Amino acid sequence: MGIKDRLSGNEATAMAMKSMNMDVMAAFPITPSTEIPEQFSQYVANGLTDTVFVPVESEHSAMSACIGSQAAGARSCTATSSNGLALMHEMLHIASAMRLPITMACITRAITGPINIHNDHSDAMSSRDCGWIQIHAEDVQEAYDNYIMSVRIAEHKKVLLPVMICQDGFITSHAVENVELLEEEDIRSFVGFYEPDYYLLNPELKVAMGPYDPPTYLMEHKRQQAEAMIDSLDVIKEIYDEFGKLTGRYYDLIETYKIEDAERIIILLGSSAGTAKIVVDELRSKGEKVGIIKIRSYRPFPGKLIREALKSPKVVAVLDKAEGLSSIGGPVYSDVCAALNGNAGFKIVNYIYGIGGRDVRTDDIHEVFADLQDDIDGKESKAKTAANYRYLALRE
Amino acid sequence: MAYNFKEEMNKPERFAGGHRLCAGCGAGVMARNVLRAIDEDDNIAIVNATGCLQAATFSYPYITWEDSWIHSAFENAGATCGGMEAAYRALEKRGKVKEKYKFLAFGGDGGSYDIGFQSLSGAMERNHDMVYICYDNEAYMNTGIQRSSSTSRFTDTTTTPAGSVVPGKPQNKKNLTEIMVAHSIPYVGQTTFLANMKDLNEKTKKAVYTEGPAFLNVLAPCTRGWRYDMADLLDITKAAVETCFWPLFEVENGKYKLTYEPKKKLPIEEYLRPQGRFKHMFKKGNEWMIEEFQKEVDLKWEMLLKKCE
Amino acid sequence: MRQLGDGINAKVTWKEITLAGIVTDGGKSKDFETGDWRNSKPVWLAENCKQCLICTAFCPDSSIPVKDKKRVDFEYKHCKGCGICEKVCPFNAIEMKGEEE
Repeated sequence: MGIKDRLSGNEATAMAMKSMNMDVMAAFPITPSTEIPEQFSQYVANGLTDTVFVPVESEHSAMSACIGSQAAGARSCTATSSNGLALMHEMLHIASAMRLPITMACITRAITGPINIHNDHSDAMSSRDCGWIQIHAEDVQEAYDNYIMSVRIAEHKKVLLPVMICQDGFITSHAVENVELLEEEDIRSFVGFYEPDYYLLNPELKVAMGPYDPPTYLMEHKRQQAEAMIDSLDVIKEIYDEFGKLTGRYYDLIETYKIEDAERIIILLGSSAGTAKIVVDELRSKGEKVGIIKIRSYRPFPGKLIREALKSPKVVAVLDKAEGLSSIGGPVYSDVCAALNGNAGFKIVNYIYGIGGRDVRTDDIHEVFADLQDDIDGKESKAKTAANYRYLALRE
Repeated sequence: MAYNFKEEMNKPERFAGGHRLCAGCGAGVMARNVLRAIDEDDNIAIVNATGCLQAATFSYPYITWEDSWIHSAFENAGATCGGMEAAYRALEKRGKVKEKYKFLAFGGDGGSYDIGFQSLSGAMERNHDMVYICYDNEAYMNTGIQRSSSTSRFTDTTTTPAGSVVPGKPQNKKNLTEIMVAHSIPYVGQTTFLANMKDLNEKTKKAVYTEGPAFLNVLAPCTRGWRYDMADLLDITKAAVETCFWPLFEVENGKYKLTYEPKKKLPIEEYLRPQGRFKHMFKKGNEWMIEEFQKEVDLKWEMLLKKCE
Repeated sequence: MRQLGDGINAKVTWKEITLAGIVTDGGKSKDFETGDWRNSKPVWLAENCKQCLICTAFCPDSSIPVKDKKRVDFEYKHCKGCGICEKVCPFNAIEMKGEEE
């Protein structure tokens, strides 16, 4: 039976971590994820959990401590945002290469340059090649559910990869929403215990981890790691289905919304999907054929699902909440194009939006759909552009 | 129990041969003798910061260490070891680990004085029950003998070359041992290799078997970087001690103790002369460098003596 | 659990290579020969040896084994010929000789 409550994304995440009775949490505060370690240390202080909380002196040390802890045989977690994630960058690669199923709440925020504490996806997107599974939430319920499912995904023997559970800073992390929580005993039986095959604190079988890997071997190790990411596509679905049976909340690696006959489709991830759904409903009520695809699992990238979902649109817009600074558009756009392998048969345009907490209003999404109609009609685009990609809500 | 060298040497080897440290490497001697101080029945788990010791002792699949061992990065041995120790506390509490464990982290002066300084400081301050062992060879040897904050003034390194205008490293050596003392941790020891390894062995035992964080700084000469004849390891460490360049002392719960006091403090030339990295200091007209070096050694030694009173 | 790391060589495929480069049971570098780095070779003159064991403590390469509190002959497989043992021996019980001798 679920428990109805009203929580923010940060509170729900801390609650999930407590309910799963993690062995170790190591974290360093950074806006807007700070509430997670705060809330968690309050649980520890009040004896509500006996997880060992390690208040490290930096995010680099948070990830390093998680690596030491998980390698020792303990289920370990952390939370961070923005520059904190950037400071961990080196250790993100190492955690995944060491095949340590650490879980981390990533409360997305713009990376400094200049400093800004608000939401965009420049932090998560900068970590996309680190070998972490990356799941994005639209709302608090998803953020909570994603965390619980991710522990199982991470620790699955075919996967053994760390998972970054992302939600949009302030928008989701601080917004109080109605959520349905699981009973602690249900969560614990769902996640079970962490039982690694190889861990440092096993006196029966000593292990050495983290070798110097010469050219003779590194490529084979990377291929093996890549296979885990490929295999995780099926494992994620399998665990989502199991979670659905327990809660009635069924998920998939992407969520499609009214795309069956859609001529204009927006692909995006995170909280803006909620805004976009409202616009789709408005336009649909006027008989316009529009829909959206929300990417829930950004890594692994569900290319096949997206390809199959895009049956016969006339034009597709991919929305990136990170300026890829690549001269050819944002990261999600690149991935979608790669997934379609040059055989799309329809136009794909890219928008950069919501940078540094720039509001994403229904009007903005309306503007995208209107642009797409212009594209279909062969009219000159009114969108603000840079090279071959577009901007939303940018002053020119 | 009184120190019994033969008993110590009779313990099984925890550090196998076949590693790729240079011939005559001080880090190898350091690792073997630190591990030898641990009771042979005790479980240990080791973290190694990136550096010569790490690269040479686990080139896939050839692991040198007989105990559980992990390397993740250069600057994070303190935090990684702290995480491991936190895992131990969690798993012991939950009945998942039943055996007792001791935790050791090894880093060179690069990984300890410099890039890993913050991580080391954090781990010591958080009171993890672990020992951090710095093997100090006074430069970044793994990347080819670049200066570190542990390099002494005037030293000729590849990033502080002794030139016609700049006479080697312009700055004095940082005193990491004293900085660790300032963390108010239960045990800090400074040691190196002397004939029967008594000083190193006893300090290691205290560091490992004292509850809470402990720090050990071991001067571990590098024949390549210091440019002395590789057979002369003991001559170099002895000279470091007898000139009071590297005093042997420990600080237990804030109380300083000299563990060895030279009968007659030797002039610093005895330490500098055999080493190629100080060769330029002996050229005519450079006498002032030796005088300055001596002054720095004298100052530090006097300060230490006061603390040990 | 399965032991990992034995029989790894340059022919191992990505499917067979050990997960994340993990190796179990420790001490596998014993299989790696470093004795061929040597230019000169320490020779133990047992008749001079007083079994003080200083040489074995100072060997960086774990090449002077101790059995029943006594050193035995060198293990040349890993000895790199640094000569520290000859230098620290107080009793002239070790002599460095050219490899060809």
